[in-house]
Amino acid sequence: MTEAPDRLKTILDECKTLAFDLNFTLAKDWKKESSDRLLVGYLPIYVPREIIHAANGLPVGIMGAGDRKQIIKGDAYYQSYICHLPRGIVEMALDTNLENFDGFLFPSICDCVRNLSGMFKLVKKGKFTRYFDYPQNFEKHIGGTFYRELIETILQDMYQINGVKVTPEKLNHAIGLYNTNRQLIEAIYNIRQDAPWRLSAVDTYHILRAGLTIPVEKHNEILQEVVTLIGEEYGEPLDNIRIVVSGSFCEQPPIGLIKSVEMAGCYIVDDDFMLGSRWIQGDMDNSTSDPLNEIVDGFLTKSAPSSAVYDVGNPKGARLVKLVKERNADGVIFCAASFCDPALLDRPELQKSCDAGGIAHINFQFHENTGQFKVIKEQAGTFSDSIKLWV
Amino acid sequence: MADVKEAVKEKSMVIQKEMLANLFTELSTAKENGKKVVYTFVPGNITELILAMDMLPVYPEINALQSGMRKKSGSYIKDAEKVGFSEDVCTYVKCDIGMMLNGNIGPTGEKLPEPDLLLLSYTGCFTFMKWFENLERLYPGVEIAMLHTPYQEDGKITEDQVNYMVKQLKEDVIPKMEKVAGKKLDYDRLSKMLENSSKAEDLWVQVLQSAKNVPSPIDAYFAGVYYMGPLNTAFRGTEIALEYYQELHNEVFERMKLGLHPVTPEGEMKEERFRLVVEGPPNWTNFREFWKIFYDMGAVIVASTYTKVGGLYDQGFRHDPEKPLESLAKYCMGCYTNLNLPQRVDLLEHYIKEYKADGFLINSIKSCNSFSAGQLLMMREIEQRCGIPVGFIESDLVDPRYFSYANIKNRLESYFQMLGQRKVIMEQEGQTV
Repeated sequence: MTEAPDRLKTILDECKTLAFDLNFTLAKDWKKESSDRLLVGYLPIYVPREIIHAANGLPVGIMGAGDRKQIIKGDAYYQSYICHLPRGIVEMALDTNLENFDGFLFPSICDCVRNLSGMFKLVKKGKFTRYFDYPQNFEKHIGGTFYRELIETILQDMYQINGVKVTPEKLNHAIGLYNTNRQLIEAIYNIRQDAPWRLSAVDTYHILRAGLTIPVEKHNEILQEVVTLIGEEYGEPLDNIRIVVSGSFCEQPPIGLIKSVEMAGCYIVDDDFMLGSRWIQGDMDNSTSDPLNEIVDGFLTKSAPSSAVYDVGNPKGARLVKLVKERNADGVIFCAASFCDPALLDRPELQKSCDAGGIAHINFQFHENTGQFKVIKEQAGTFSDSIKLWV
Repeated sequence: MADVKEAVKEKSMVIQKEMLANLFTELSTAKENGKKVVYTFVPGNITELILAMDMLPVYPEINALQSGMRKKSGSYIKDAEKVGFSEDVCTYVKCDIGMMLNGNIGPTGEKLPEPDLLLLSYTGCFTFMKWFENLERLYPGVEIAMLHTPYQEDGKITEDQVNYMVKQLKEDVIPKMEKVAGKKLDYDRLSKMLENSSKAEDLWVQVLQSAKNVPSPIDAYFAGVYYMGPLNTAFRGTEIALEYYQELHNEVFERMKLGLHPVTPEGEMKEERFRLVVEGPPNWTNFREFWKIFYDMGAVIVASTYTKVGGLYDQGFRHDPEKPLESLAKYCMGCYTNLNLPQRVDLLEHYIKEYKADGFLINSIKSCNSFSAGQLLMMREIEQRCGIPVGFIESDLVDPRYFSYANIKNRLESYFQMLGQRKVIMEQEGQTV
């Protein structure tokens, strides 16, 4: 068999539509089905979606407007030297895209997202707006206690809207569902590691991003089906190099950019595009009497490496090199959004780690509505050729 | 471009200059004298703890701004860019890294000592964390302590947040400091220092509030950055800082009694045409030229947010010797850049009304997202709430490539013309300006 199964093509079409539905139609329809349902929007990178699920809510990832929405009002709120993501989100907030959302969470990843939480407060969006200030101290009785209190505050915010009490049973159920979600995502990455031609990075991206806009149960069904379908051999391997993309954890590159890198001869065997969906590395126990403790522990001990988390004692460079080796990759493409302080300030150290590990790398910057990819394609193509010819 | 002449200095400025010179001399001989050196940041600093354990603080952002004022930052930044730092990122970080790559020479021309402790007081600026991650790699093996200051996301300091900070101090930060210092923290000594801090803070607030007087005897932005120096950096809690603020207080109140205007590098201003509130840090590479545009036009800054990055004492906060750690925790969380945007807008509105400002100006800094992201919305809010003309200019902290003198001067002159015209119209209509 050389063609992808028809069923996979149908799923991919559905995911592509869901991933870029900036009106979040399916999520809003889901909410309409019952008066005690909540929509809680969250920005990159990570929030513990389990707590929203357990409160009868749907966590909805707001990853920016990308190149899918004309930014008019949003640009009037930001100086030219600030990244693009918040412009699109302000545009969506001032337009109708985020209507019917009950609350918004802004994870502590940078000063732009932090201040955006204040802008939402000033323009009075949602019934609650929280800066999700996760701890940078990883001692359980210090940072863990603080984190638990933070989560309890958000649970209280949600309870005040819908009156739904979160029980250990509901939390355990949610933990189980998100464990499954991450397992299936990792299964897709693992299959792609061996046979990246079966599912392109663009298609993988659509599948993961679709999951930010729909109930986890439905996403798990999609993922399960994809895992089954791509478990079968089809397609032809190309003479591509294998690369890891690093740095695009918040503002998302346009699809054209990912496609250009692939077309230039690179299989993207790992990336941090949808890092929040893969944040907890491994499972959390879903059978304890204190599931909140599991969620806290998950953050403290199982978080993925990220520019948003203090890494002294567990340096990101070493973790990137380990990932490259595990994925059997030939090199790294550092691909960060312009004006992204966290990613760009990490880059020199990550590059040094790659140099020390004998890993080839290149870098470029983008913004979410970059429209020209010729230079990027040439750069990635040259990188691919240089590895194929000389390494 | 403005001519650079020898600056006119008040007595308090001379005292401060001596204080700084002594500090840098002490730093240059720290290693031979067995003194331990702590690198830390200005906002949310815990200087009293450092000094109470006989260690010497070094503030990387102060090094960067000093490099900017000494016209060295441009080449430092380029050197950092050569080793991989993007043009897009914070220029304080790049200037500091570049300075280290060039031998870490301090403002007095003497080499700064390497750190014995990296104390990351992570307050109000996410980039601080990235900065220290980079420093940790430049000084491998040096002890590093992190004090995570929660953000006032809900517009208030909660008990949970205070407990989190106190636990970090007690169980992580202080033990690491004690290990490096080779001695236990003397809480009585710490309390005595906090008592000194509190007294100096009283004097500082009176100096700041003298600008409510018409005419104002001080410029609360350009001169304010000098005035705030000892309290925000290596001297808070010391007797010498107290002496400095007493002298400053005497000078300012004498000027106020005599109805005098602020002292500038070219002498005393002769008139106060416009009273402004300013949001955002100043530019350091062209500081005097930048200031001159204002005083040449008779514009006095009567309140600024930048002078609150080291603490909002004018809103009532004082270090409390009775509750040292709780008080340090609240201090860290109360610094200006740790306030949420609605709090920042409320504070600006308060300043504009309380200090009878004619206008509100934002100097938006390319390098500082903590300040800059959201400023355009803040500007609209202030315009709506206060009904005064607002102005907006852009520059950078220490990257000379982002300071366009002609552009800024043009914009400011237009803004001042608008303020002047408004005054005329309001006077014609019999309204209070």
